[in-house]
Amino acid sequence: MPNHTFTVNGKKVTVDVEDDVRLLWVLRDVLKIHGPKYGCGIGVCRACTCHLNGKAFNPCVTPVKDILPTDEVTTIEGLAPSIGKAIHPMQQAWLDVDVAQCGYCQPGQIMQAVDLVKTVQREKRQVTENDLDQIRNVCRCGTYPRIREAIKKGEAAMPVLQVTKPKKRKAKKKKPVARKPAPSKRKSAVELPQSAE
Amino acid sequence: MKHSDRPQDGEPRHDAGAPDEAPQDATTSSDEHAPDGKQISRRRMVGYLLAAPTLVAAARFMPAEKAAAEGIPAPNIADLFDLSDVLNAAAAPTYGLLAITIDKQGNANFQLPRSENGQGITTAFTMIIADEMDLPMSRVKVTLMPAEPKLLFNQLTAGSSSVFTLYEPVRRAAAVARTQLMRTAARELGVPARDLTLKDGVFTASHGGSMGFGALTEKAAVKRMIEFQPKLKKAADQKLIGTEQKRVDALDIVMGRKTFTMDLAPAGADPTMICRPPTLNASAKAIQNKAAVLKMPGVTHVLLVPHSDDVQGGVAVVARTFGQCIDAIRALKVTWSKGSIAGRTEQSIKADLAKAELPMTPALGKVIEETFTFNFRSGSALETNCAVADVRKDKAEIWAPLKSPQWAQGKIAELLKLNIESVKVNVMDGGGSFGRRLFCDGAFEAAVISRSIGKPVKLMWHRADDARHGRHHPLTTSKVRITTGGGAVLQYDQRHTAVPTDFTQGLGDYLTAAETRLPLQNFAQFSQTVFYTTANVPYNFGVVTQLLNEIDAFNTFNTSSVRNVYSPDVATATELMVDRVAKEFGRDPMEFRLAFAKDQRMKDVLNAVKKAGNWGRAMAPGTAQGIAMRNEYKGRTACLVEIDCTPATVNRKIRQAVTGPRVTKLVFAIDVGIPINPLGLKAQVMGGAMDGIAQALTYSHHLKNENFVEASWDNSAYTRQWNTPPVVEIIVMPQTTDVAGGAGEAAVGTTMAAVACAYGRAMGKMPTEFPINHNSPLHFEPYPASPPVPEVPADGLERAGIKRPSAKKKRATRKKKRTTARKPAAKTPSKTTKK
Ligand code: FES
Ligand code: FES
Repeated sequence: MPNHTFTVNGKKVTVDVEDDVRLLWVLRDVLKIHGPKYGCGIGVCRACTCHLNGKAFNPCVTPVKDILPTDEVTTIEGLAPSIGKAIHPMQQAWLDVDVAQCGYCQPGQIMQAVDLVKTVQREKRQVTENDLDQIRNVCRCGTYPRIREAIKKGEAAMPVLQVTKPKKRKAKKKKPVARKPAPSKRKSAVELPQSAE
Repeated sequence: MKHSDRPQDGEPRHDAGAPDEAPQDATTSSDEHAPDGKQISRRRMVGYLLAAPTLVAAARFMPAEKAAAEGIPAPNIADLFDLSDVLNAAAAPTYGLLAITIDKQGNANFQLPRSENGQGITTAFTMIIADEMDLPMSRVKVTLMPAEPKLLFNQLTAGSSSVFTLYEPVRRAAAVARTQLMRTAARELGVPARDLTLKDGVFTASHGGSMGFGALTEKAAVKRMIEFQPKLKKAADQKLIGTEQKRVDALDIVMGRKTFTMDLAPAGADPTMICRPPTLNASAKAIQNKAAVLKMPGVTHVLLVPHSDDVQGGVAVVARTFGQCIDAIRALKVTWSKGSIAGRTEQSIKADLAKAELPMTPALGKVIEETFTFNFRSGSALETNCAVADVRKDKAEIWAPLKSPQWAQGKIAELLKLNIESVKVNVMDGGGSFGRRLFCDGAFEAAVISRSIGKPVKLMWHRADDARHGRHHPLTTSKVRITTGGGAVLQYDQRHTAVPTDFTQGLGDYLTAAETRLPLQNFAQFSQTVFYTTANVPYNFGVVTQLLNEIDAFNTFNTSSVRNVYSPDVATATELMVDRVAKEFGRDPMEFRLAFAKDQRMKDVLNAVKKAGNWGRAMAPGTAQGIAMRNEYKGRTACLVEIDCTPATVNRKIRQAVTGPRVTKLVFAIDVGIPINPLGLKAQVMGGAMDGIAQALTYSHHLKNENFVEASWDNSAYTRQWNTPPVVEIIVMPQTTDVAGGAGEAAVGTTMAAVACAYGRAMGKMPTEFPINHNSPLHFEPYPASPPVPEVPADGLERAGIKRPSAKKKRATRKKKRTTARKPAAKTPSKTTKK
């Protein structure tokens, strides 16, 4: 079986698994990282949502061979550490609003919410009702109204520094940016995450 | 169960006849205390101290004798005696002890004989115990109890009854613990008990000495079971009950740490899935390409799992990853038998229902009559059906989110030919239930597969299977006739006719000793009872008759009391007809309801939404308000919605979505008697309301070719963000009674009815079939029924807008393929990749 090497939640991993196995199963069944949940396996429910180099994606429809050695995969478990915090402002907002019911969909909801806020921040605007309407993540328990409320709270608490500061750093030092080549590229490549598909 | 540190399991009964060693001030009354337990049952509530190394306090609740649930209750008794009472009364004779153990760290530990699927009961019981014991909530540990045969019915989680049934006994047990700890602290500190103050689990004497629960627990322990009647805290002294508390597992959830069944990783338990039939309830006869599939990467086992009443079965595949199971399922060639609905269609079933409708009594007056149709809808949760099973020669252990774990335990023992003590069933937190997890299909399948291959398995249903072969709310019609005369309603008749709701798993077994699987027994023993105890008309409408009839055997379709049993359909039919009668009388729907509502509690919730929702405000054409009310689970609810049916809203374009009319505002008032945790209650109402909106507007399954066509969350149009009301206001009424009523399901029917009424008013025409879009063309192209699970897309990065230098070429070709594939009216279902 081929080897695949990449970074998950800040740790380099190498897995020995067939090329076309979707990343969700590599995370869950091989690496035993259980934060991302299975809800459909065909990119519909978004319960598995994670970040690839800071951008939301669905590992259930991403073959492991598409993940490059330079890639950083962040699951819900790595979200707070990725910003060097014990808890991410979006997770805190989720607690403040008491969003969760059974909780099964919530890792995916939070990862999606962070991506949405980062996207609108890059577009120098705020999350609109229309943005919220477009979120595709399923919550069968029906916590949708609290999710909307929490995203607005989380947005207010999420510093805009992801947009401005890396730029500055990029101009000054090359090293830290080299690890994250994505932001500048993403800026041009990315539309709204929801409409992107 | 083998908890040697939990002496409540059984011991109490052995010791019950022993003489009490009651401390002097214990308010026991040993003259009533008899070993046979009969006399004990005369009292409503009994507290105990149990023999253990540390303090264990317990209680059991004895409902008054009048609560006899013998036989089938007469129609229209739901006002006095509802489903909560049936579940309670059925629990009474075998009610187990509910025990709280104080450990040496000073924590109070309680095993809840219920399942938690997001309804917040662990949080509610943490509050109840913390409040009664003056402990911080963080020091109360509520976990889910494994299957315990001695508890019998009492372990069932159904009918929104948990808080109602357990509030008093749990509180009582906590009071026993507090009282005994206080008595011990007084002795140890050498002061009278009244000299002590208790705060955060520490007693402090006026002279300054103090002792915590942890230090006291061994000293407070007893050697024999002692009956004990503690004083409960006065309502005025309760600090937590009635306050808004967040979920106790919220932090674990948002950090991705909450453990669901499929997050368990017992050694050797490999991913396992089942290839399911192309038609409902067919059985696998032969595997045509077993050797080839066994050669696929990661695949270790391929085996036939025979279909039976308990096990849906098919062909099981075990592999290194679930992804490889899915690949194997798509590659399998299986010979199937005919299914359970061979030769029938949705239309023919509807015709069967019409034939089975019970006749009305003759009417004496002016009659308004209408028949409503309620289509199949899925009870799937987001977490699919799943279980981990480790079956050895002489014992078995199962982990699954189960609402009727004792039943599962007995059944698994039967399936594996083991005795019941050798089967351990662990109740896991579930990823939603909605009635689905009363059934143990996944656990049974996992058990028989693990037995067959001689190693543990981690079994998971595919989403497509959960949607198609999972449990459904049955197809139902409801005919309502209202007879009026002289400005009054003289008579209300309702004839409900339905595909059976399967009550044989779990519920049925504990409610009646009869064999509910015999012909007609599911109906006679259970369906009618549940119908009569949930159906009611909360109006002063003269003579009321509400009757149910069912067609087919209990297992023709895979049904369940999917959130929630009969009520949404009963309520929606009733409320639409109430609007119609109001119109007939020339009265405003709100004013009419206020005039005919049966009691003041109902009027209070109506007035609450009337005010908060600004009833009667001017609405633009194509938009309207709607109002509905309901009396259920010991509570009263009212819902006011505003709906927008204008073309601009209805025709919103969102990929793979049903947009349609949108509820733009929802105002809900709920009176549950005692609102233990208003924040949790609001969450339950919110969830139920989203369900009600879906059931009225978008959410149903279509039967074609003897199977349901929906196979994904984009096919089944459950409420999504684009359907969510932007404005939601939930009002929890202040305490009205001494009973903590149910919340889990109370909002579904009321919301569904309110949305239906609003839709009718906005369109100027009463809808008669639900959801309203059921007969519109499908908004998706169905996945094939064979292979049973859809092709897995591989373009995750592209969908996410993540560009890769090397991916350029691929993308270009794929794009081309897609645009061309789309044009010719998508004639290649097996190749179509639905996103
Ligand atoms: S499991 Fe990945 S989107 Fe549903
Ligand atoms: S909280 Fe249960 S599915 Fe969202």
